[in-house]
Amino acid sequence: MHKHVKRMTAAVLAASLAAPALAIGGAGASSHATTSFPRSQTLYTSGTAYSPPTNWNPLSIGAYATGTIGLLYEPLFLYDPTTNKTVPWLATSGSWTSPTSFDIKLRSNVTWSDGRPFTAADVAYTVGLAKSSPTVPYANLGQYIADVEQVGRYEVVVNFAKPAYTQWQNFLYGNNATPMLPKHIWSKLPASAVATFANPHPVGTGPMLLDEANAQEVAYKTSTHWWATKDLGLKLEFNYLVDIVNGSNNVELGQVLQGNIDLSNNFLPGISKLVGGISSSYGLQTYYAKAPYMLSANTVWLEPNISKAPMNNVNFRKALAYAVDSKQIASVVYSNIVQPANPTGLLPNLTSYIDRSVVAKSGYSYNTAKAKALLKASGYKGRTITLEVPNGWTDWMAAAQVIVGDLKAVGISARATFPVYNTRVADLTNGTYDLALDNNAGPSTTPWAYYDRVYQLPIQQKQTAQLNWERVNDPASWALVQELGTTPPTSTATLQSVYSQLERRTLQTMPVIPLWYNGAWAQYNTTYWTNWPSAAPTSNHYTPVMWAGWLGQDTTILALAALKPAK
Amino acid sequence: MRRYFARKLLTYFLTFFVAVTLDWGIPRLMPGDPIAGLLSKFQLQPSSYAVLHSSYTRAFNLGEPLWRQYLDFWRALLHGSLGTSIYAYPDPVTTVIRHAVVFTLALLLPATVLSYLAGNKVGAIAARRKLLDDTVLPFSYVLTATPYQWLALLLAFVLASVAHVFPISGGFSYSLVPTLSWAFLWSLLTHWFLPFVTLFLVGFGGWAIGMRNLIIYELDADYAHFLESLGAPRRLVRKYAYKNARLPQLTGLALSLGTIVGGAVVTEIVFNYPGIGWLVLQAINSEDFFLLQGIFLFIIVGVLLANFVVDVVYVLVDPRTRIGLQEGTR
Repeated sequence: MHKHVKRMTAAVLAASLAAPALAIGGAGASSHATTSFPRSQTLYTSGTAYSPPTNWNPLSIGAYATGTIGLLYEPLFLYDPTTNKTVPWLATSGSWTSPTSFDIKLRSNVTWSDGRPFTAADVAYTVGLAKSSPTVPYANLGQYIADVEQVGRYEVVVNFAKPAYTQWQNFLYGNNATPMLPKHIWSKLPASAVATFANPHPVGTGPMLLDEANAQEVAYKTSTHWWATKDLGLKLEFNYLVDIVNGSNNVELGQVLQGNIDLSNNFLPGISKLVGGISSSYGLQTYYAKAPYMLSANTVWLEPNISKAPMNNVNFRKALAYAVDSKQIASVVYSNIVQPANPTGLLPNLTSYIDRSVVAKSGYSYNTAKAKALLKASGYKGRTITLEVPNGWTDWMAAAQVIVGDLKAVGISARATFPVYNTRVADLTNGTYDLALDNNAGPSTTPWAYYDRVYQLPIQQKQTAQLNWERVNDPASWALVQELGTTPPTSTATLQSVYSQLERRTLQTMPVIPLWYNGAWAQYNTTYWTNWPSAAPTSNHYTPVMWAGWLGQDTTILALAALKPAK
Repeated sequence: MRRYFARKLLTYFLTFFVAVTLDWGIPRLMPGDPIAGLLSKFQLQPSSYAVLHSSYTRAFNLGEPLWRQYLDFWRALLHGSLGTSIYAYPDPVTTVIRHAVVFTLALLLPATVLSYLAGNKVGAIAARRKLLDDTVLPFSYVLTATPYQWLALLLAFVLASVAHVFPISGGFSYSLVPTLSWAFLWSLLTHWFLPFVTLFLVGFGGWAIGMRNLIIYELDADYAHFLESLGAPRRLVRKYAYKNARLPQLTGLALSLGTIVGGAVVTEIVFNYPGIGWLVLQAINSEDFFLLQGIFLFIIVGVLLANFVVDVVYVLVDPRTRIGLQEGTR
């Protein structure tokens, strides 16, 4: 009996240890020759993926693996938020030749990774999906586009039925810029699969090829045929890029400190204490060497539900704006890795659009006396209002406590609640909340998207699109937003006057209260790779973030191409 | 004997049915809409949002009335399908679980079996040596009272973060492609070790204390005194005491299986170990009903099976049950 047990135990142990090797080995060892990613030739990144890589369809927004756009598929233009300029990418130029036609000229030496040339047919097909396929993320363009013409092999003219400047700009530039698809592959798919099929064997124009994917990571191999090497002199110095699926914060921090991850785009609390100074032995670096350490990524709003009292009272909302000390939040909660927001809420890349005279006249700042006076004017009777923050977002939860303290200090009875993320989304879409923190206003090339988000009408029963979650009903402002869409980008004076009006109206009615800019979290370990983006005059100022919308549409891909091996 | 097992099997079947129904229902009580949660992470225009929302809702079969979702669930289950995962869309749940199960089994089976065997042995020895009793007992009390995640964090900090002896995260090295090679096997083993030790140590403490107390109790029983008065050697007395003390421990094992699974969940999370427990957290975070259902179904089946095995072993090691059963069938 005893011997039996021992022998059985030994067998169980041996089998259970060998099992994973066989199981995963069998799945992964199928087709490629790579068995390991040598440390000195590999760039390790993390902080973007929250689920295993299973999808490489650039139209499957929310599902595609890190690197799908940027490393595999590429848009026509990149957008550089530091300089607020666009960078010709697969296109060499693009311009309006009339109010309703846009001309795109393409590079002539781009090839797909299966060897086929990239031509006007691919671009025409990709743009045309807006009309033919309602499931693509840019289907809203379909109603504006009349037709798409190919002029020769490397030129495309898009004709519009009515002007749609801002919508088209969103298609071309910025975080929603659409990557070009290979027509010879996509056109064979059934219409229902265009945006959803998993595309396990991606064929792109980008600098890398898919090499390996398992539950822990996705790995890409550098392609030898990237067009940008010849055209722009860009070359990836690493042979492999491995993006690791996010773990818990403690694991993530440990990995970066040990140099197992080169670039982490996670929010790591306390990182400001590990950068530079006596901690420089860790070899960690951030974009700025001192506060705010990170570039700004999106605006965090205190969002009042305007369909409810007392938030429907403008003086009450103004009282909120004067009551909250966002400097305190930046320093206490974030150790200064974020910066307080401009009263307009527009991100730093849009500073040139901010009308300083408007801000000087109607802007707000932390002032409890003013908040108390406004509160009195609002006729607030002391109803307790709640502030919703998703559970587990620890920085926001701490910020919510600070805000609640600030509100109580001026006499507003407030309480923070921490529902799970999806409940909080439901409360915001159904309009059943009082106050919430929200950071939907992400980077964009013009302030249009920001105001589109604030003023979108009509208000639906369910505001599913995350536009106008505060439920402000301001037809005059909405008309201004729509006017922006039909004003040619060249009429800068007209545009600026509309922006000024929107900025003034927003500050006078306070539909949302901008508090601080969430950071583009990026911490680099310089042990293996150097020449990271930073604010220092001698280095490059590209975006250091692998997040969807940043890697392939902003300048992160340029930052990767600028990296140098440390030795 | 047959009636005993038939009754047991019926109980197991009923438990299975109720558990699976709860398993299907409870995730659906979570507030919020998983599709809205999924899409809210992306800044979409209203028209594309509506289209995507409805296509995802259809893809996940969430638009149907609840009773139909329930029937569809059973139908699919009987065909061996657990639906599509939201978290790892568009992979089927069965694939996601299959990749994770191997890691969890590799962790749980050795940790449970070894801690049970070693704990019982050490407990039994401790019961008869004063010195050992004074050292092992308090140590075991500390171990068994230690929360899994706390011990895991401590080990991760000391052996991985500070001493760099073991890796801190993952099921195998991020620099390796899974292949059947020595390098990969070694990587598996080093990543496996710390989570295994965590589960082993906590379990070990409990079993050692239990066995030590039971042996002392048994040694004080009438039969032991009777044997001693007959002049039986101490070794023989101890052997009988051990055999008797084993039975309550076995019952304890069956009862504690659920706790052990719970321990594996938190341990795997601490070490970012890509097993079932780690997957539970991912599924909850993305409100992936289907994955959660699948995982809990797997845990239910696993715990029931393990209980069944313990039942069988019980019959084998306890002569009273064995004889009782044989009499019953006569």
